[in-house]
Amino acid sequence: MRVSCVLTEEGSLGRYIARRLLLTVPVLLGASFLIFAMVYALPGDPIRALAGDRPLSAAVMAQLREDFNLDDPLWLQYVKYVGDLFQGDFGTDFRGRPVLDTILLRLPVTAKLAAVAIAFEILIGVIAGVLAGIRRNGFFDNVVLVSTTVIVSIPILVLAFISQYVFGLQLGLFPIAGTTEGLYSYLLPGLVLASGSLAYVARLTRTSIAENMRADYVRTARAKGLPNKTVIVRHTLRNSLIPVVTFIGADIGTLMGGAIVTETIFNLPGIGRSVFDSVRAQEGAVVVGIVTLMVLFFIFFNLVVDVLYAVLDPRIRYD
Amino acid sequence: MTTLPSSASSVRSGDGSSPILSVEDLFVEFRTRENLVNAVNGISYTVSAGETLAILGESGSGKSVSAQAIMGILDMPPARIPNGEIWFEGRNLLTLPAEEQRKIRGPGISMIFQDALSSLNPVYSVGYQIGEMFRAHGGLSKKDAKQRAVELMDRVRIPAAAQRVNDYPHQFSGGMRQRVMIAMAIALDPRILIADEPTTALDVTVQAQVMDLLKDLQRETGMGLVLITHDLGVVNEVADNVAVMYAGRIVERGTVDEVFTKPGHPYTEGLLNSVPQVEAKGGRLQPITGQPPNLSRIPSGCPFHPRCPRRRLGAEALPGRDCAGDRPPLRLVVPGREAACHYSEEVLGV
Ligand SMILES: Nc1ncnc2c1ncn2[C@@H]1O[C@H](COP(=O)(O)OP(=O)(O)O)[C@@H](O)[C@H]1O
Ligand code: SF4
Ligand SMILES: [Mg+2]
Repeated sequence: MRVSCVLTEEGSLGRYIARRLLLTVPVLLGASFLIFAMVYALPGDPIRALAGDRPLSAAVMAQLREDFNLDDPLWLQYVKYVGDLFQGDFGTDFRGRPVLDTILLRLPVTAKLAAVAIAFEILIGVIAGVLAGIRRNGFFDNVVLVSTTVIVSIPILVLAFISQYVFGLQLGLFPIAGTTEGLYSYLLPGLVLASGSLAYVARLTRTSIAENMRADYVRTARAKGLPNKTVIVRHTLRNSLIPVVTFIGADIGTLMGGAIVTETIFNLPGIGRSVFDSVRAQEGAVVVGIVTLMVLFFIFFNLVVDVLYAVLDPRIRYD
Repeated sequence: MTTLPSSASSVRSGDGSSPILSVEDLFVEFRTRENLVNAVNGISYTVSAGETLAILGESGSGKSVSAQAIMGILDMPPARIPNGEIWFEGRNLLTLPAEEQRKIRGPGISMIFQDALSSLNPVYSVGYQIGEMFRAHGGLSKKDAKQRAVELMDRVRIPAAAQRVNDYPHQFSGGMRQRVMIAMAIALDPRILIADEPTTALDVTVQAQVMDLLKDLQRETGMGLVLITHDLGVVNEVADNVAVMYAGRIVERGTVDEVFTKPGHPYTEGLLNSVPQVEAKGGRLQPITGQPPNLSRIPSGCPFHPRCPRRRLGAEALPGRDCAGDRPPLRLVVPGREAACHYSEEVLGV
């Protein structure tokens, strides 16, 4: 996945990025087609579902089927969809609202949620990992080991309900749902969304630090008579955090998936929640639009991470 | 002024000046969950200005651990120093506060390591890493420190120093990397440089260049050089005095010329017989049989006795000199020569 090849030539990074961006196109096409096909394969008739109990005349139903190309074969529907997409048209839902409007309206909520989650990963995960790694096998190290094991073993769905019940309902510390209390409303869902990655970040940081503390160059740093703080910060932390930073970068793209569950349970009107609602309502255009966007984010942040990796570790060059 | 300790060694450097570094009866052990490793067991030596002392011994004999104890860079725990004194310019490093000890590392004593690639931090440029010496000890700015780094790289003969100062360790060849290490170590004109197998990882031709560089720098600065190696050829070429280590002890000590022409310990004799390039006393190549001892189970009596062709056990032994029962102390055998063997006189043929 990660190309690591020593190369001194300048400008290779630019070419690397260009090639990666080019590769994005077929990946996006493939991913969106898969999602498209899955939505297509969903049982039931979306138009009938939309109509609910009210009977629609056969003519209206036919018109709707026509508007949304529902009678075309899968491949043709997809080609028409992508054709529109290239003109910046994400299509409309069955109620006639442009999908792009929905995305633009709801993306900020998800962005805030992801930002809060990443902040937790950095604040709690990295700090806990550093402290555990510096004093290996100490009391704090064991606390981190046990708590991360517990967190990792609980599914996010269960964790969300438990925290909602305990911190929201019983203790009343946090709002249970919605975004009415501003940033404060995002803390609990952000923590739940971050939990799994947070535990992983703590473990990764700890292992990385423990490994680096034994490195020869740390011994050299001490032999040079550098102050202890310099030895730890410059020659241990800096090197140890490279894998952590890259993991967190990649995780921004991955968090979107978790946002579907978290936003639904905490009733946050983000794009994750939209996906959930749209799958239930068989709003194909919305699902495909948003999930394709999520894939795009994922690819983008992975590219950022690969570039970041080269910046942080001079041994990595891209060819 | 504190009184200087009486030297435990009777071997003096060529110019007879008083020692800068004096190690006295140093012990280092590692306590792990399973066992106790007695890595260094009462070694003493001195190093004077301009002197090159070679510490010679097979791998695992405690050479690196003793050097790291002197530098104060052992991880404690698991390491422990149950006994010993390390005198540097009138101060015992082992009783010095940590901060005072730190200030000596670099300007007082410095060290270079075997593997320069892993001993340099991969994410900082070599100029930055050399410059750190001036920033940490001299309070120089980043810019001035880099300027000094270029000068030092010139001094250790790295070509195109000004262009290469911002390059990273992985962009240099093995020999050039070791020069970077040397530049870093001599940056603050230390009185003592400890070189732990500085050329072991290098090609033969590069080895010679690096050793020449070290000798030239020593001539310019008058620093004392502790050269740790298992290479008898290197010892023969560059060292004044040699201390041979076995199982965490010094088993023989003297000038290189004398020890290499007439060893006084069967282990030294064995080492000389096992290599072709050094002119040993007589004859065929003969490796030492057996394995170096496990330092958590050092043999009783003379630690070398299970491998020693000259050992005398039981009835063969002289009273109080049973090789398996009585530990031979390091003692003066003839003027200028110490050995830890009950039968050293026989080995020397005196
Ligand atoms: N951190 C450690 N824990 C336990 N034993 C150690 C440690 N470091 C070194 N030793 C032991 O100390 C002994 C001497 O090692 P060393 O000084 O490196 O030998 P050498 O003469 O090859 O430099 C070895 O037996 C080694 O196993
Ligand atoms: S004391 Fe005995 S065993 Fe030890 S080196 Fe001398 S002769 Fe060999
Ligand atoms: Mg060694």
